[in-house]
Amino acid sequence: MKTFKSVFGQYDWDSIQSKIYQTSSKEVERSLAKTKRNLDDFLALISPAAQPYLEQMALECHELTKKRFGKTIHMYAPLYLSNECQNICTYCGFSLDNKIKRKTLSDAEIKLETQALKEAGFDHVLLVTGEANYTVNINYFLNAIAQIKEQFSIISAEVQPLSTEEYERLHQAGVYSILVYQETYHQEVYKKYHTKGKKSNFDFRLETPDRIGTAGIHKMGLGVLLGLEDWRTDSFFNALHIDYLQKKYWQTKYSVSFPRLRPAEGIIEPNFIMDDKDLTQLICAYRLWNEDLEISISTRENEKFRNNIIPIGTTSMSAGSKTNPGGYVVDPQSLEQFEISDERSAKEIAQVIKNSGYEPVWKDWDKSYH
Amino acid sequence: MQTSLFKIGDKTLTSRLFLGTGKFGSNFEMEEAILASQSELVTVALKRIDLETETDAILTHLKHPGIHLLPNTSGARNAKEAIFAAQLVREALETNWLKLEIHPDPKYLMPDAIETLKATEELAKLGFIVLPYIHADPVLCKHLENAGTAAVMPLGSPIGSNKGLKTIDFLEIIIEQSNVPVIIDAGIGAPSDAAKAMEIGADAVLVNTAIAVAGNPRLMAEAFKEAVIAGRKAFEAKIAIQQNHAVASSPLTSFLYD
Repeated sequence: MKTFKSVFGQYDWDSIQSKIYQTSSKEVERSLAKTKRNLDDFLALISPAAQPYLEQMALECHELTKKRFGKTIHMYAPLYLSNECQNICTYCGFSLDNKIKRKTLSDAEIKLETQALKEAGFDHVLLVTGEANYTVNINYFLNAIAQIKEQFSIISAEVQPLSTEEYERLHQAGVYSILVYQETYHQEVYKKYHTKGKKSNFDFRLETPDRIGTAGIHKMGLGVLLGLEDWRTDSFFNALHIDYLQKKYWQTKYSVSFPRLRPAEGIIEPNFIMDDKDLTQLICAYRLWNEDLEISISTRENEKFRNNIIPIGTTSMSAGSKTNPGGYVVDPQSLEQFEISDERSAKEIAQVIKNSGYEPVWKDWDKSYH
Repeated sequence: MQTSLFKIGDKTLTSRLFLGTGKFGSNFEMEEAILASQSELVTVALKRIDLETETDAILTHLKHPGIHLLPNTSGARNAKEAIFAAQLVREALETNWLKLEIHPDPKYLMPDAIETLKATEELAKLGFIVLPYIHADPVLCKHLENAGTAAVMPLGSPIGSNKGLKTIDFLEIIIEQSNVPVIIDAGIGAPSDAAKAMEIGADAVLVNTAIAVAGNPRLMAEAFKEAVIAGRKAFEAKIAIQQNHAVASSPLTSFLYD
């Protein structure tokens, strides 16, 4: 089967990077003047030359998002099932070489954690794990999904890359969306950060969205871990990936997230710093290029940024997140993946959203469609 | 400067103008117009040619180096008829290229989406390079891609109407999403319509009536040739489309500078 790899192979990191950094303000203005934009326009809009146009981009981003999604913000919460992991990823708290006790939730513990999320009002849960294929595998997922299926309208999963057949089974079990981030599209840099484990296989990860698409999952989420490499070049490749997928798996919805590298126990510092202006520019560029893309803002971001980014392209937000298994009730002290930044509760975030003139949406799908 | 080449199936083409061969005052007029247009792909209706004779009146006028024939199934009312016709014409003209036309309604010649999809699937399996004539329906285009189509040929407006690109909003969606060449077929009434089609990123256009019934078909063919090249050049030069974004005064991004 032809996959994204064949498209990816036609591009070269360095020439894309120099194209981005050589963009002129005239090219930015031309892209801004268009009503239908392509990847070249995305490239121009993430360039340093587009920085002076940020307010103009934000205004159009606001209008386009309002037109397509209305004044609503979809609410979700992560549920970390396990922090066991066989990979060494030097930026992640779950990295194998981080010698801290590991935990995988039992059925009874899943139930307790789930209750806490339901009480907070959530109807969309994102299941998260590390990669421990002997214990936390498709059978574990199917069992966990069976436990929580009746309580959530949307179940998403951010777990290790699986096979097409395993994704099909998740789809049949009622999983609505799958998130898998390439982390970085720079192959050598990828190798440097992912030194051991199945995740060190760049190509297998790169072809994961093709498998998700083939399996007919309703929605998939892509992203890069911002801080590993130059965010502009990495984001261009991420957009190229989405562009390819949208044309091929045209019945699938797409979302993009912007995880900026956060502190965690025992990890390295980011190599590249992305400030708030950069992130705002990136969000706007995605929206101006792609009106249908769902844009998710997690609790990695701080209060001030989250309050202000609501009218700028955002379509979904998490709240009150815990990034460790058992974090809500059963084992609040277990190893977390990263420190969150916005610690406000779901109720507080819902109020912030309302204060901005937006409606927090808790239920946005129905089990009967599966 | 030349515009970029493009590929359909195994053929690389220079000209992005395809011509129809119907409605001309004479075969001589047709031949003159085709040569003036510098088109490399002309469609000819199976129903108009006599496959029995070696010297069919239309075909003799189309025998020029660099001009490929694109037989079409005009007249077929369903998939079954179209598939039968396709096999017949493949053998007679020794080409597996086919413009698939299925229109059960003889008045407006509206393409039948359901039968066209069925026939495309079947013909692709039989090794045809299928170019189906369809409504400007983006979802149908994706289904046709899955069925193995070589290109899609959505209509700009009702066939023969010369009304131009009435379906432009849908054509733009098709062009944006397509993994196969998009050829705008039907309704292109003036060179400016063809230029517009190229400006929005269509890979090619097919023109028949507007040239065939013009006062001077040869001159009109030349006009279309130039319009198509101009439109394509504008697309490749990255045309600026609109300038309508004002900068408002209540800044969304002021929080970044606090």
